[in-house]
Amino acid sequence: MSALEVVVRSVAVLAAFLVLPLLVGQTEHKVMAHMQGRLGPMYAGGFHGWAQLVADGVKFAQKEDITPRAADRTIFRIAPFVALVPYLLAMAALPLHEGVAAVEVPASAVLLLAATSVGALGTLMAGWASANKYALLGALRSAAQLVSYELPLVLSVASACLAAGTLSLAGVVEAWSPWWLVWQLPGAVVFLVAALAELQRPPFDMPIADAELVMGPWTEYTGLRFAFFLLAEYAGIVVFSLLFAVLFLGGWRGPFSDELGWLWTLLKGLVVAVLVIWFRVAWPRMREDQLQRLAWLVLLPVALAQLALTGIGVVVTR
Amino acid sequence: MNAPTDHGHEHGHDHGHDHRGGKPGAKGMLPGILKGLATTAKTATRRAHTREYPDVAPELPPRSRGVIALLEENCTSCMLCARECPDWCIYIDSHKETIPATTEGGRDRQRNVLDDFSIDFSLCMYCGICIEVCPFDALFWSPQFEYAETDIRDLLHDKERLGGWMDTVPPPPALDERSAEPAEVAAVNKPARAPRGAGTTGTSGASGA
Repeated sequence: MSALEVVVRSVAVLAAFLVLPLLVGQTEHKVMAHMQGRLGPMYAGGFHGWAQLVADGVKFAQKEDITPRAADRTIFRIAPFVALVPYLLAMAALPLHEGVAAVEVPASAVLLLAATSVGALGTLMAGWASANKYALLGALRSAAQLVSYELPLVLSVASACLAAGTLSLAGVVEAWSPWWLVWQLPGAVVFLVAALAELQRPPFDMPIADAELVMGPWTEYTGLRFAFFLLAEYAGIVVFSLLFAVLFLGGWRGPFSDELGWLWTLLKGLVVAVLVIWFRVAWPRMREDQLQRLAWLVLLPVALAQLALTGIGVVVTR
Repeated sequence: MNAPTDHGHEHGHDHGHDHRGGKPGAKGMLPGILKGLATTAKTATRRAHTREYPDVAPELPPRSRGVIALLEENCTSCMLCARECPDWCIYIDSHKETIPATTEGGRDRQRNVLDDFSIDFSLCMYCGICIEVCPFDALFWSPQFEYAETDIRDLLHDKERLGGWMDTVPPPPALDERSAEPAEVAAVNKPARAPRGAGTTGTSGASGA
């Protein structure tokens, strides 16, 4: 791979990393508003507030960057990047089409799972380094939640990989067939719920429950660093939505997939992202004990059952 | 996403911990989750309730208490409004002018001429007592409300400004179907009284005209 190619690929991933989360964020603004009988942003940019998030970005960049006196300065300042960069890495490994991925590695599913779990570390660092009781409580809740939901998430991904017989995401799409929609359905549901919890999105936003914890681990953050946490959240939605599309919805499979495969992947990912937004609007926040119970008593058994079912399916059909 | 598998479990489990116990919980969780999705989806397909105010003027009911308009011609400077105002925000200045007698040997008449009629809207509490109390229909409610100022002292509006709001006063709402006729109409339609001493047996009718 020549140096030029490396640069082009990096720039492409960076562009996607900056554009797609904003797209999801704007979709959330609008979809959520209409689901609540509102219009959402209408002014920024002229046409239906399309530039609202750009305006927000400008606002964040103008704000003062404050580090609390009691904070662990270094950790406090690098935490947003620890939360953000893994998703950049994850996005680089996501295939959009046959051979269209910034980084092509044999076991991309493992790389993605590893990268997304590092992001959680940023939240924990932010909470600990803030020297704020709310931030600490939020970080600990977040840690407990991420540890619990990591397992069902990994198991459901393992199920899809087992069914495909490969750890490569491109290989999973190659092996995908429509009846996976039934066969892998429990695993897909587990993945979606666990991904929501990993992203700390409502109804799993106990770590940043604003009624009790101000803003959880992000309480002390302002300006660009706060914006980076928000960007990480939306980049996470993009990553998990695309991962869901690739693992369970057949990625670029669809009519005209030779030319428009990448569009199919993005479209399926967008549908999943809208679903994630919809869940946020429709459902109230779950309590801490309900969260843990759902992970260990519901999702984990279902994921294990799915894994067994996949195993049986693979043995019978081969 | 087809969620029943997962939420079915969630529901069964939650039911076990439901302290209210028994049947209500059994019906509660799963339909509630789907209902939430259905309600939000339904709302998304309907028109938003948002009023785009600065772009689209609001439709206010005719009796809105926006601002008090003055019909200067009707004002007799009787000061009733200024005296009834609970927070003394109406300022009236007037002088008397003499109108010469129209007939030979007649008496000159005097009338009040309004010099200044100002309402301080930084004090006004929009009670409407001035409007109620005005015997000559010189004050009216107007739904107009866009007269905010950046300085509180600019909220003292004089009679020209108050008169300018007369254009925005809506016509009074129609009377109810079987209400009594308005006092003015009743007064006009009432048969005139017979002149005194016209005779005890006379009908009270036509002679007065």
